[in-house]
Amino acid sequence: MKNSLWRSAADISVLKARSQLLRTLRSFFDERDVLEVDVPVLARAAVTDPHIDSIVSQVCGEPCYLQTSPEFFMKRLLASGSGDIYSLGKAFRNGEAGRKHNPEFTMLEWYRVGWDETRLMNEVAELIQSCVSVSSVEALTYRKLFQQHLNIDPHTESVATLRAIANRYGEFDWQDGDRDLWLDVLMTHAIEPQMGDGLVLVFDFPASQVALARLDKDDHGEIIARRFEAYIAGIELANGYWELCDADEQARRLEQDLKKRAAMNLPQYPSDQNLVSALQSGMPECAGVALGVDRLLMLATGNHDIRQLLAFPFERV
Amino acid sequence: MGTFSTNEFRSGMKVMLDGEPCAILDNEFVKPGKGQAFNRVRLRNLNSGRVWERTFKSGESLEAADVMDYDMEYIYTDGEFWHFMEPNTFEQHQADTKAVGDTAKWLKEQDTVTVTLFNGVPLAITPANHVDLEIVETDPGLKGDTANGGTKPATLSTGAVVKVPLFLSQGEVIRVDTRNGEYQGRAPRD
Repeated sequence: MKNSLWRSAADISVLKARSQLLRTLRSFFDERDVLEVDVPVLARAAVTDPHIDSIVSQVCGEPCYLQTSPEFFMKRLLASGSGDIYSLGKAFRNGEAGRKHNPEFTMLEWYRVGWDETRLMNEVAELIQSCVSVSSVEALTYRKLFQQHLNIDPHTESVATLRAIANRYGEFDWQDGDRDLWLDVLMTHAIEPQMGDGLVLVFDFPASQVALARLDKDDHGEIIARRFEAYIAGIELANGYWELCDADEQARRLEQDLKKRAAMNLPQYPSDQNLVSALQSGMPECAGVALGVDRLLMLATGNHDIRQLLAFPFERV
Repeated sequence: MGTFSTNEFRSGMKVMLDGEPCAILDNEFVKPGKGQAFNRVRLRNLNSGRVWERTFKSGESLEAADVMDYDMEYIYTDGEFWHFMEPNTFEQHQADTKAVGDTAKWLKEQDTVTVTLFNGVPLAITPANHVDLEIVETDPGLKGDTANGGTKPATLSTGAVVKVPLFLSQGEVIRVDTRNGEYQGRAPRD
């Protein structure tokens, strides 16, 4: 039998489209005086987020972790006085493979000093529109998004109701009482498939999904996360924050994550104490966002499977 | 048997779900960047033939189903069961109506078929894609009528009824595609 897996999975036109996209992204930041930085993908600390799994490697006899985003290194640069920066490079996430995921992928991440997430959201829309044509641009809160599609308030609706609605969109064997789990089910099973072709920017996430954003109060008096996501055609393209700068709060969230990981029987990796030190020394107030470049290429080429856009998808490496 | 985790799910894999043996048809990974990862899986219940959809949290696992396909020789039916034999060990297995289903009309003694065993018991019988069967009843053949494309029903030795060209007569052996029940041609003589 002939082995054809040595061959690239991507068409030459796709390789060209990728090359063009990378040029467009770089010139976008060149024109705006944002400095490109090249940070390590190998580090002695790993992300603590319980829903993100790092790939562990042995380097010179010690465990190291392939970075799931350049965030921690970039924040150390910001605290070192870099000013506005962007990184265009590889990120790695264990266990993520499918039509929209590859364990190794290309991530664009950038930070704007002195900005908040609202201003950055506008720049995200500009950047996306410089790469793909978009039929419409809409910005709405997480609450509004759920009201629009499911007629519920995601912050106050009971978990039982969330679960009952979820059961209209799929079959689930679990009876968990975890609110975020059911919100994630509704987002992926009910809302994403109904999102139109336009660019949808969703902001003011539930406080429980704050990650590394700041907490704030919205005009309903609800505590929310100053975080946003960008979607086109139900594909999640980017995730941004008005960045947390408080070192003590940062240290607490890392600790909380590690406790959650322990409760979920997930591996415990060292958390990044250099990040905490960087924040202690004073990271400038800023907004930051990460964008999946392969997914942007999916939209630019009209291709629905990420594996056809990678020269060598995971199956062929 | 072992277990399979969601990230090992591949189409064709046999697993147990709600106590039923199932074949995985499709496995889609979905995940919000900052949230729970899910696998949306489509499975065929091998007992009922029905397609199920189920969402799992990524990392959950299912028990492997002891479902295996074997080539066996069809020996005979006693009216209640159909009997098959493994050609190497001569071990015999009996399949009930539920396992045989519509396949009965393609079963000719001594033909080789695929027997799917679940925990050692026949779960499904799949005939070869093409079988050669004798016409036992049809209207008389029209000599020379080979071109105009008309057809007529013919009953075969197994009881199957297929559409055949007008020129064929009783006693002739024809080749049929078991997947769609269509006439393929006269069986080649060996």
